[in-house]
Amino acid sequence: MTMRTPLGQVRGLGSTRAGTSHFWWQRLTAVANIPLTLFIVFSIVFHIGTDHAKMAAYLGSPIVTIALFLFIVSSVFHMGLGMNTIIEDYIQHEGLKILAKMASTFFCIVIGFSSLFAVLKLSFGG
Amino acid sequence: MAKLKAPIERPLSPHLQIYRLTLTMLMSIAHRATGILLYFGTILLAMWLISVATGPAYFAFVNDLFSTYLGRLLLLGYTWALLHHMLGGIRHLIWDTGVGFERKTVEILAWTTLIGSIVLTIGVWLMGYWVRGGLS
Repeated sequence: MTMRTPLGQVRGLGSTRAGTSHFWWQRLTAVANIPLTLFIVFSIVFHIGTDHAKMAAYLGSPIVTIALFLFIVSSVFHMGLGMNTIIEDYIQHEGLKILAKMASTFFCIVIGFSSLFAVLKLSFGG
Repeated sequence: MAKLKAPIERPLSPHLQIYRLTLTMLMSIAHRATGILLYFGTILLAMWLISVATGPAYFAFVNDLFSTYLGRLLLLGYTWALLHHMLGGIRHLIWDTGVGFERKTVEILAWTTLIGSIVLTIGVWLMGYWVRGGLS
């Protein structure tokens, strides 16, 4: 006779049914990243050596700001998912794993929001 | 209360030390490695964007930092990692549709990714130096 519920007995033993969602977001952001990356790479390359005022004006123009905004959101999300997979693959210790995933999420959020802030500041003419 | 069952000893799959190194295996490792590089490389992008938003002095400082040999090496590596990861990603997206698993196709895709990433990186950098107006 056990006091444990059927759910309690199987918890932690298998799928959490989150695998498809991870896969889907990984692929969705991957597809989005292709055109966005090409746009960002070429727009940066064609402005190498540009002085500060022109660079600020260029990055702050609506189309470029929108592209950068989307690129930052999509790639930070993508890299967060990717790093989570890597952490799950190589860190077996449960506590360390959770700490590493937390640290990774914080890193992504800091990078993402500071980049977004910089772009929006340029665009709104701060 | 019933004793908790010990986790089942599942068989472990053979890993790097067991398998002979193949190109496709190397590309799989490269995809993950470039992913990790890009993850930390975003620091460079964030730093650069923040420098533009901060003002001319900090912008000049970051530009000077990126212009050093180490800076350029990092940016070159970042460019290659980005393009390699992008092409490798396209390879994975092709596989996601359920095609391209034949041995020959897999080899072609691997070589295309590797050579393509190097050619594109050189192309992007030549374009950069051309925009900059020479090798300086």
